[in-house]
Amino acid sequence: MKVIELKMTVTDSNDRDAQALRRELSERGIFLINLMSAPGSGKTTLLSRTITDLAGRADIAVMEADIASDVDAQRISALGAESVQVHTDGMCHMDAGMTRMGLAGMEGANGIVFLENVGNLICPAEFDTGAHKNVMILSVPEGDDKPLKYPLMFSRSDALVITKMDASPYFDFDIETVERRVKKLNPDILIFPVSAKTGEGMEAWESYILSEWEKSHA
Amino acid sequence: MHELSIVKHVIKTLREVAEDNKVSRIGSVTLEIGEVSGVVIEQLTDCWNYFRDKDELVRGAPLYVETVEAVTFCTACEKTYETVRFGRICPHCGSPETYLLRGNEFSIKQIEAE
Repeated sequence: MKVIELKMTVTDSNDRDAQALRRELSERGIFLINLMSAPGSGKTTLLSRTITDLAGRADIAVMEADIASDVDAQRISALGAESVQVHTDGMCHMDAGMTRMGLAGMEGANGIVFLENVGNLICPAEFDTGAHKNVMILSVPEGDDKPLKYPLMFSRSDALVITKMDASPYFDFDIETVERRVKKLNPDILIFPVSAKTGEGMEAWESYILSEWEKSHA
Repeated sequence: MHELSIVKHVIKTLREVAEDNKVSRIGSVTLEIGEVSGVVIEQLTDCWNYFRDKDELVRGAPLYVETVEAVTFCTACEKTYETVRFGRICPHCGSPETYLLRGNEFSIKQIEAE
């Protein structure tokens, strides 16, 4: 029997697939944003508000990835945006292959596509989906200690949106503590504190999305 | 759940390796896994034993796992220490300015080709 030395990281084949997908999407004029967070952090609410606010300024489509159901995709469709529901069939994260399959069902997409990853702070950070930007969402009720508990997610994200800021008077959530902890893990990360309910901070977040999208096809 | 998808990724990578090396059967697979990579080895082995028999290429092949001890380096006092025992704070000088030297590995080290 012959021994073959490999020394390949387990995510090698996914990494290659993700690179290829990123290039294909850029050629098609699609800007893919991977949204990652814990369940219940307000991803769909943030997206709904973003789609409504940016109506007429950008084409937005959404790929919803969940283990089961299509409740999120229905909420997005109700706003008139193209949406597709991907079932990961028990898997706890999206990979590049699954993202590619989901995109195949969105022929009309042309512009910004949000991938709403499975609600989970662990493995979505380890698998490149082929997205151009990785954005993490942390909601106020989850607490300001999350950067300590899930460092990989914070270190792999380009931006962090802190949602439910309107609820901060009711929680022991110190925004400066979060910023300090996050910047320590990832000095380049951009942080957007928002409330999709009151609209606080939404403009800064939306300008970021628009300017990154414009940069991508400049 | 996580381990299940890891096994699927391992098998996908092995298929590519087998094709590149013109291998039709793999006799065993050795993984190198760091102590703080977040992988539960018992679960990984269970998932492997389930999936390997669904694929001609790796049917019956045992999975060997080599664990890599996690070591952290302190930038303040320039000493190293055991990550699992002490975490992020340096036990020598108390500084939090530390980073992981090794222990996050997660790779396919080698295969035995038949």
